[in-house]
Amino acid sequence: MPKNPNVKRVMVIGSGPIVIGQAAEFDYAGTQACRSLKEEGVEVILVNSNPATIMTDKDIADKVYIEPLTIQVLEQIIEKEKPDSILPTLGGQAGLNLGMELEESGFLKSHQVKLLGTTAATIRNAEGRQEFKDLMERIGEPCAASKVVENVEDGVEFVRTIGYPVVLRPAYTLGGSGGGIAHDQAQLEEILENGLRLSRVGQVLVERCIAGWKEIEYEVMRDGMGNCITVCNMENIDPVGVHTGDSIVVAPSQTLSDKEYQMLRSSALNIINELEITGGCNVQFALHPTSFEYCVIEVNPRVSRSSALASKATGYPIAKVAAKIALGYTLDEIKNAVTGKTFASFEPALDYCVVKMPRLPFDKFITAKRTLTTQMKATGEVMSICTNFEGALMKAIRSLEQHVDCLLSYDFSGLSAEELLGRLKVVDDQRLWVIAEALRKGIDSGKIHEITMIDEWFIDKIACIVEMEDALKTGPLTAGLLREAKRMEFPDNVIARLTGMTEDQIKDMRLANGITAAFKMVDTCAAEFAAGTPYYYSVYGGESEASETHPPRKVLVLGSGPIRIGQGIEFDYCSVHATWAFARAGYETIIINNNPETVSTDFDIADKLYFEPLTPEDVENVVNVEKPDGAVVQFGGQTAIKLTESLMKMGVPILGTRAEDVDAAEDRELFDEILQRTGIPRAAGGTVYTAAEAKAVANRLGYPVLVRPSYVLGGQGMQIATSDEEIQEFMEIINRIAQDHPILVDKYLQGKEIEVDAVCDGTDILIPGIMEHIERTGIHSGDSISVYPAPTIDGVVKEKIAEYTARLARALHVKGLINIQFIAIGEEVYVIEVNPRSSRTVPYISKVTGIPIVDLATQVIIGRTIRELGYEPGLQPEAKYFAVKMPVFSFEKIRGAEISLGPEMKSTGECLGIAKDFHEALYKAFLGAGVQLPKHRRMIITVKDADKGEAIEIGRRFEKLGYIIYATRSTAAALNEAGVKAYKVNKIRQESPTVMDLILGHKIDLVIDTPTQGRDKNRDGFLIRRVSIETGVYCITALDTARALVTSLENAGGNLTLVDVASL
Amino acid sequence: MKAFLILEDGTVFEGTHIGADREIISEIVFNTSMAGYLEVLTDPSYAGQAVCMTYPLIGNYGVCLEDMESRRPWPDGFIVRELSRKPSNFRCDMSLQEFLEQNGVPGIAGIDTRALTKLLREKGTMNGMITADETYDLDRILPRLKAYTTGKVVEKVTCSEKYILKGERTRESGGRGLRVALLDLGAKNNIARSLVQRGCEVTVYPAHTTAGEIMADAPDGIMLSNGPGDPKECTGIIEQIRKLYETDIPIFAICLGHQLMALAAGADTYKLKYGHRGGNHPVKDLQTGRVYISSQNHGYVVDTDKLDPQTAVPAFINVNDGTNEGLAYTGKNIFTVQFHPEACPGPRDSGYLFDRFIHMMLSQEQHVGTCEGGKCNA
Repeated sequence: MPKNPNVKRVMVIGSGPIVIGQAAEFDYAGTQACRSLKEEGVEVILVNSNPATIMTDKDIADKVYIEPLTIQVLEQIIEKEKPDSILPTLGGQAGLNLGMELEESGFLKSHQVKLLGTTAATIRNAEGRQEFKDLMERIGEPCAASKVVENVEDGVEFVRTIGYPVVLRPAYTLGGSGGGIAHDQAQLEEILENGLRLSRVGQVLVERCIAGWKEIEYEVMRDGMGNCITVCNMENIDPVGVHTGDSIVVAPSQTLSDKEYQMLRSSALNIINELEITGGCNVQFALHPTSFEYCVIEVNPRVSRSSALASKATGYPIAKVAAKIALGYTLDEIKNAVTGKTFASFEPALDYCVVKMPRLPFDKFITAKRTLTTQMKATGEVMSICTNFEGALMKAIRSLEQHVDCLLSYDFSGLSAEELLGRLKVVDDQRLWVIAEALRKGIDSGKIHEITMIDEWFIDKIACIVEMEDALKTGPLTAGLLREAKRMEFPDNVIARLTGMTEDQIKDMRLANGITAAFKMVDTCAAEFAAGTPYYYSVYGGESEASETHPPRKVLVLGSGPIRIGQGIEFDYCSVHATWAFARAGYETIIINNNPETVSTDFDIADKLYFEPLTPEDVENVVNVEKPDGAVVQFGGQTAIKLTESLMKMGVPILGTRAEDVDAAEDRELFDEILQRTGIPRAAGGTVYTAAEAKAVANRLGYPVLVRPSYVLGGQGMQIATSDEEIQEFMEIINRIAQDHPILVDKYLQGKEIEVDAVCDGTDILIPGIMEHIERTGIHSGDSISVYPAPTIDGVVKEKIAEYTARLARALHVKGLINIQFIAIGEEVYVIEVNPRSSRTVPYISKVTGIPIVDLATQVIIGRTIRELGYEPGLQPEAKYFAVKMPVFSFEKIRGAEISLGPEMKSTGECLGIAKDFHEALYKAFLGAGVQLPKHRRMIITVKDADKGEAIEIGRRFEKLGYIIYATRSTAAALNEAGVKAYKVNKIRQESPTVMDLILGHKIDLVIDTPTQGRDKNRDGFLIRRVSIETGVYCITALDTARALVTSLENAGGNLTLVDVASL
Repeated sequence: MKAFLILEDGTVFEGTHIGADREIISEIVFNTSMAGYLEVLTDPSYAGQAVCMTYPLIGNYGVCLEDMESRRPWPDGFIVRELSRKPSNFRCDMSLQEFLEQNGVPGIAGIDTRALTKLLREKGTMNGMITADETYDLDRILPRLKAYTTGKVVEKVTCSEKYILKGERTRESGGRGLRVALLDLGAKNNIARSLVQRGCEVTVYPAHTTAGEIMADAPDGIMLSNGPGDPKECTGIIEQIRKLYETDIPIFAICLGHQLMALAAGADTYKLKYGHRGGNHPVKDLQTGRVYISSQNHGYVVDTDKLDPQTAVPAFINVNDGTNEGLAYTGKNIFTVQFHPEACPGPRDSGYLFDRFIHMMLSQEQHVGTCEGGKCNA
């Protein structure tokens, strides 16, 4: 069927800010789909509140609205832009829900807008719990015994008939929010109540527990003619019970015979046909481990995290094909872009094994429970490819960048066999390492299977790795043994550790015996057809397919690895734009990265893609083949920066700012020297290694002080200490991981925090704009609301900032990007931190100023000057818009995480509010972050003594907005005394009704709770904050944020103005 | 123990010996199925060939004997990247290593199967030797390799005498009461099973059975199975099929059966450079425009360029390379496909063709000879 000629203007709904369960995979899918639509001559109108995405670039869509994803906004955009169709299946659950609401309200029909791709009826059948169950029953596809309930009583009643344990799944939520397994009535009531509230439609599915069954997924494509294919199947190593986003997943399935494989495949096709899905779809199954019994767990009628993984695992571009199907094409009309010969109507054949591992945020939330459940917790993931499972697993482990490089990295050797048997019952992120230790202690793989329900084939593979560790330890290291260890992808440094040799000795021995990495191609067809797409992975043993090319110039771009708090999608944005800029300048581009969710690992972004861990050894293997003329590290976040030294040792020139200058910015003494030379003030401080030294420095400076390790990202481990005790505590936490670099202790200054991104060509500086944070210093810049142009600092301060930026950039010989954070106190400006590299704010400032700074930085790196590029150096004129970047958090997903903001970053994503009027921009930003107030006009205020004065002013303003204020004793007293009416409520441990009862009563809009210092999680404040988050109440922990919110609410109302960012 | 795979172009792969302890010379082909190695091994169409699996991890779920597609494995040799030491599946009867050993199939593991596949793709299917003899002499081996042909392998794989399988009454048995004659040219079990499950009574005949013998049993329909080797070697069988072609009995043929029917009707076949073997090949039903993913295993294909439309018209084509995948015979109750609707291994998407065959037989019973060109609407 040819393209539908009536589709000319398509509105694409993005997925909004990155939260756990909805991450970069939708930028990848959305970007690929938008490019695919434009390729067909379709005009694309894009709506997404997330400014850090590539899909919101003006070269991806024709019109770009970085606006809150609300029904009202979408309706306004439809009225303004008059699209003929909308495509809601690319924006994850968020986009799908919005599309459904527009359809259900009749708005689309009355505006003659068609829902492209899958129809509303299909989405209802797939997503509505009861509809889906009925449909499955009708076509004879089994589901676990289940019932949709709308209240707790019905749930309890139903479980009496099917028995515990049961799984609870709220309808229409993302990442399985609010779900869980209940083993008794108390747990059932707790989870059910929470789930009912989180569900968009107030429904929760109560289901027979199939925990321990194999979890198998199929990615299916179907076109409008009914042609169906499965792109790939995947097997979760962690059986049913762990969310697939948190599971270690392997593709294709390893332990299914053809009978099981085809049974489930046929079922998946049967389901997608019955649902009449047009586009991509994910079907999840539970397969009984010792019979052919299976259950359909769920169907996602849209692109998803799994479809991104399947695309990268097979080379089949699901989103691109889905977009073409939406336009009316059939699968056999769409070319397979990888082979260029075959068509999209085939099933990829893999001749390698793919392993995906989740990147979990427990390094950021040290108080959080590490257990893995049906509620997803991972912020990102890594993927690795190898011709054997052991190798794929070993590569995935070292790709995580979590201080792990093998199965010995978490030490459980202190546990006895007995203790290990107990520990194996714990399902957490370290289970793999526990299994390895259990095998070392001689526990039988059958026994491990019995406890974990992980298939014995996988346990045996872990045993193969453990046996190799043992062989290396007991030696002697023969060439044969080394060859076998490398086949399993043991890195040289691990072999060195195990054999007691040095890494260089291992490397020499490898080279002497010709043991080097070969690169194989991901070609979708297991070599059956010649493929032209250079998408490679490494193996040991075999011939290499990657050949050195000799273009005039060749550049290596290092990616940023898995998405984690502090290093998010924005670095992928920078890497991709740098790659494109190099390509435009005539370079051959090579990307190394291991994140399957991102745009940078799409097969057609760089000339060559190497899907590899980002360790020195793995990078060197690529360098040996490609021999690039240079590498850029300044766009790939800390991951890439860390590789600088190794690259230089390999003889690869670092393009842009030199390594020693990057060092100078990080090294305390060198940097102090530069500041002195350039006459720029900073907070006093010192460098320390031990707690005693830290206390000495702190006492010299006077408390409060800021404690942080150097060379970290996202303020990891950074704390404000107010006493010797806290120093002691924080130093212990920091030193849990061996520190290669000293720890910094600085006087904590409180003032306005200012941030600048700039491009420097070695002489001239281009500053696109100055951003000001709403929150005072002390809160990590990534967690602060950031406003451009800076609204409250005057011209003198701005000039000073521009001048300091220029001085610092020159002193550090920056060639490319630099990011600087300042504190402004009155007219004084202090520097906090300088990063001679790209930053989190780069995509945001590029978009709102219309200055493509990654592109400019890349050109500068190549040797052009800012003037040559047509820009007048210096601080650029301010835009006529205000743009507010609002952090977005995923606290509800991480049980036990402390939500109060501080110097350590906690947000997972961000959204933008842009408008001519500052207040409207602010309002939009809150709206985009999901803060839709007022609802009940009731709030709770409980603040520490130092904040009472400011709390009064804020309380008064909320009171004027009609809010009823509840407050704990001393806060209530302070408010009432100042004439702000506040009802006193009891603290948690006092008699009912307490503040907790109030929150649980679901009548509260907002909690303002400023925490006292310290990390004691048993304090009332911690509980109040957790309960608020878990009951869906917006909770603010900084008064500056509260003030911004009330300001935005005072100015809310009426239609919002829309800004097409592509026209800026 | 070391093992070597020596190809007729002189390429030598060194790996580890697996399976039975003997040396073989065979035609080397590759299969891209990611699961179903036992079904591949027991598919009689591989007689005279040694199979390389492109998926690198083989043997993971061991051997489930009930999944065998015939009484024994047929390939002369088996080539894998890694043979699993730990089979894991609730139905597993033995490891793949044990199975190969017990059935006398030698093999080689630990070689770069992708490199081998690329070689076969670029140079075309080649003959080769699997040996554990480290003192091999290429000068003496290569001429032997070049001289090797698969020969008349159908005779090797067909059943020795006819037998009857009763129809089942379990599933939708639309074919209840129908009697099908299945000419076993090296049939996979699931062909008969697919008919039996639909209620048909299936009589299986050895490949050399004459048309007269089959007609004497007055079947409602005739099924020509898959099988190994070069179709043009089967001159005797083609003659008999020509006679079956002349009758009005509905005929459905798969793979070798499809090729033999084409040759019987005067068409030609030719050898593909490296064949289609796997479970991911798209075939398009030219009548409906629908595309199905199919299980395939063939090295030869019907040449439709010289096909007289008065005899037959293409019914299916391969979406990847446009080669013929099925024929509808003009004015006849005959349709034939190159791919494997019986799956095992591979996708079951085209299983509906058995229903079409049953429908053809039923229509034939009601009013003889009204189906045109095999296009009986099923």
